[in-house]
Amino acid sequence: MAEQNCLVANDWICGEYLRSRGQELTDATVQHIWITAASVLIGLAVAFPLALLARRGRHFAGPVLGLTTVLYTVPSLAMFSLLLPLFGLSAALVVTGLVLYSLTILVRNILAGLEAVPQEAREAAQGMGYGPVRLLWEVELPLALPALMAGLRIATVSTVALTTVGSLVGKGGLGNLIEDALPSFFKAQVLTASVLCVLLAVAADLLLLGIQRLLTPWTRIRTPAGASAGAGIAKTEAG
Amino acid sequence: MGVIGESWAWLTTGANWSGDGGAAPRLAEHLYVSGIALAVACAIALPVALYLGHVGKGGALAVNLSNVGRAVPVFAVLALFMMTPLRNSGYLPTVIALVLFAVPPLLTNAYVGMREVDRSVLEAARGMGMSGGQLFVRVELPLAYPMIMTGLRSAAVQVIATASIAAMVGLGGLGRIITAGFNTYDTPQVFAGAVLVALLALVVEGVLVALDRLLSPLRRRRTV
Repeated sequence: MAEQNCLVANDWICGEYLRSRGQELTDATVQHIWITAASVLIGLAVAFPLALLARRGRHFAGPVLGLTTVLYTVPSLAMFSLLLPLFGLSAALVVTGLVLYSLTILVRNILAGLEAVPQEAREAAQGMGYGPVRLLWEVELPLALPALMAGLRIATVSTVALTTVGSLVGKGGLGNLIEDALPSFFKAQVLTASVLCVLLAVAADLLLLGIQRLLTPWTRIRTPAGASAGAGIAKTEAG
Repeated sequence: MGVIGESWAWLTTGANWSGDGGAAPRLAEHLYVSGIALAVACAIALPVALYLGHVGKGGALAVNLSNVGRAVPVFAVLALFMMTPLRNSGYLPTVIALVLFAVPPLLTNAYVGMREVDRSVLEAARGMGMSGGQLFVRVELPLAYPMIMTGLRSAAVQVIATASIAAMVGLGGLGRIITAGFNTYDTPQVFAGAVLVALLALVVEGVLVALDRLLSPLRRRRTV
């Protein structure tokens, strides 16, 4: 019965909370995961052609990089609110906002990865009769993969954190639980949701690291390329 | 289109700017809290990063610290603060949260900037008889300057962005205009507040880019 008292006493850590609100926690976590996953996947699908476009020359690179950087500067609370007249109170609003944020990191990293492909590798492939599509798919993309994955990891981790702000419109996954608990000073709920959020970010990061290692077996002998490529991108936002 | 017109009307109504919860005092609050937090974060992060960069140790820690910072949602940190006695201490919870989020980019960038200084340049300077202190002030600092300023810029923008989240837990700043609009189902006000916050972040970024160019010790044009 001592466990039941922790809800009454409003303790930070409460086993009874986990047991009685398990369903609520699971639902919020699932919402958090699908909002994050959808945002990052759509972000990747949009960023890739943008990076290819930016690579074609300075007059494309300037506007693409400039626009995505400006978008990144907009605070998340403002971003979600600015999209409100377009989408209303929906998950599409949160996903769109998060996609716009992920673009900056993803476009820059994909571009950096593609530009770091050695010219000799490209010429060798062309000499072997590779067309532009096959060159991109079989030579350039695999070589750019470490930089791409580094960007994807940064984008995913910050998207997990930013999703909580979506509770502004009721679509914030674990952020919803935090917001619900605020007026009643429900400590256990705020702490549990916050910790789950951080665990989710760490788990996503490790998952992507694992995928990267599976996809790029040839880099395993050297030091992880992700660390240095990630440090080069100095932009962060924790809105 | 209706919302944008009504938001424009909201922004151009003088009464919305004055008074206790008006846009002008909210803006002052936002800048005050952000300014203090950025100054404190610089005072903590820069000496540590510059020293570590000079002696060349502790870099992995600085970079990892920054990556961990990304995983922690500001909203959750502020909500946790609101569950403690800190909630009665005015601007303190916001300032602490902002400092926590401004330190990692400052630290990482300043450290990486110091370490990326060309080793052969350092050896040449040492060969010319420069002491450790001279090396730091006359070679390392000017060459690391662009990276330090990049860190300062992302920290400043992050601080401005984070300060608006404070409104979600009932603390002050420009974000309050947005949350107040949400509470009264006043979409034009929400939109007007969002425009103000976004403009402030963009203006701060612009001013810092201009300052950066003006103050650069190498005075060369950098592409952003």
